[in-house]
Amino acid sequence: MQQIINFIIRYRSFLLYVFFMLISIAFTIQTHSFHQSNFFNSSSWITGTIYSASNSVTSYFDLEDENRLLLEENKQLRYLLFNSQEKNAVQLDSIKQSYTITSGQIIKNSYALHRNYLTINKGENDSVFPDMGVISSKGIIGIVENTSNNFARVQSILNANSSINAKLKNTNIIGSLKWNEESYNVVQLIDIQRHVQLNVGDTIVTGSQSSIFPENIPIGTINKFSLDTAKSFWRIDVALFNDMTNLKNVYIIDNKNKAEILKLEEDSND
Amino acid sequence: MISNNFVLNVIRFISLVLVQVLIFNKLNFFGYINPMVYILFLYWYPIKQNKELFIVLCFVLGLFIDFFSDTMAINTAATVTIAFLRPSIMRFVFGVNYEFQSFKLGNATRLQQFTFLIVLIVIHHLMYFILEIFSFGNIFLILKKVFSISLATLVLCTLFSSLFSVAKE
Repeated sequence: MQQIINFIIRYRSFLLYVFFMLISIAFTIQTHSFHQSNFFNSSSWITGTIYSASNSVTSYFDLEDENRLLLEENKQLRYLLFNSQEKNAVQLDSIKQSYTITSGQIIKNSYALHRNYLTINKGENDSVFPDMGVISSKGIIGIVENTSNNFARVQSILNANSSINAKLKNTNIIGSLKWNEESYNVVQLIDIQRHVQLNVGDTIVTGSQSSIFPENIPIGTINKFSLDTAKSFWRIDVALFNDMTNLKNVYIIDNKNKAEILKLEEDSND
Repeated sequence: MISNNFVLNVIRFISLVLVQVLIFNKLNFFGYINPMVYILFLYWYPIKQNKELFIVLCFVLGLFIDFFSDTMAINTAATVTIAFLRPSIMRFVFGVNYEFQSFKLGNATRLQQFTFLIVLIVIHHLMYFILEIFSFGNIFLILKKVFSISLATLVLCTLFSSLFSVAKE
């Protein structure tokens, strides 16, 4: 017993180091799997407060650009509204709407890491919950992963764990969108059969199989494509419409039918 | 004197965390270079102090940086590693002088201070990027990042350390 205590006292800094190292490696490995990363995230109260304080100062610098972007988007929406054939374009009955939209601002952005996350200034108090989609006026950004009362952490499409259902515009050919961690404006579309005809410049949009995003939200255009090693699927590089380095105003989309869709899929799996 | 030292280290701790997460994590020079200046805390920390307390402090420091930058716990792992290795690195860099009770960082030569900083930064970055990328298939990517980001960190840390001199502490 005496010897054990002596041993511990002699090597106490080494043991302390091993202990802390094991803790941090455990956290790192645990967060590799989806939805377990509740401890290490920037949506907590203290980090969110500091980031939004810093954001309230820096957001003034690019007000002009943001205003121009919002104005352009408004113009487009006005155009759609005035030219729509349907008379009752705005449905007032909330039961008939399948998507609700919340606006928010990004207070922390990252794109240089391997698993990138964004933090937005909307949380559970604004009815933002995990698994909601986040888009900007130009295209998709990511999926909400953790929420606190006033903040949410968003898994960016520039994240090695990210996988989003996508398709070629105006077709029903679907694949999944991944990121190979190389460039912050190029993502990869995989699982498209080789018999499909592709052209550089074709538009990629979100697919119908996702319960998170509505169909036909723009993602990007085909940059280049080649066959994968098995020679049976295309491996497509998609240039994003969004400039992921410069994001401010975002929309958070909630699919009201999501619970129903998921339940149905679960029941049919049993 | 002790309380003075304590206050100084607390201020350093808080300001290095804030400077790191609010300024340097957003730098993205060339798209990926974000210098990690918070390593200066380990460089500046008094030499003759409780080793265990120092490791605990560095653990908390790394944890804070990780909270803010959503990097799981890899900053923590890298910081704890250099905190543990610091006494050995000092013995290696400063030689026998380090053993004397009167030894201070400010008494060492410029070259020794510089070497000390380089060794700290390189070990930290190596640990950090190995854990971040987590596979040795990307060995060239790791080396490229370690080299370029170490260089950026080194330049900034040298500037900071000459700006806030610790000579007579």
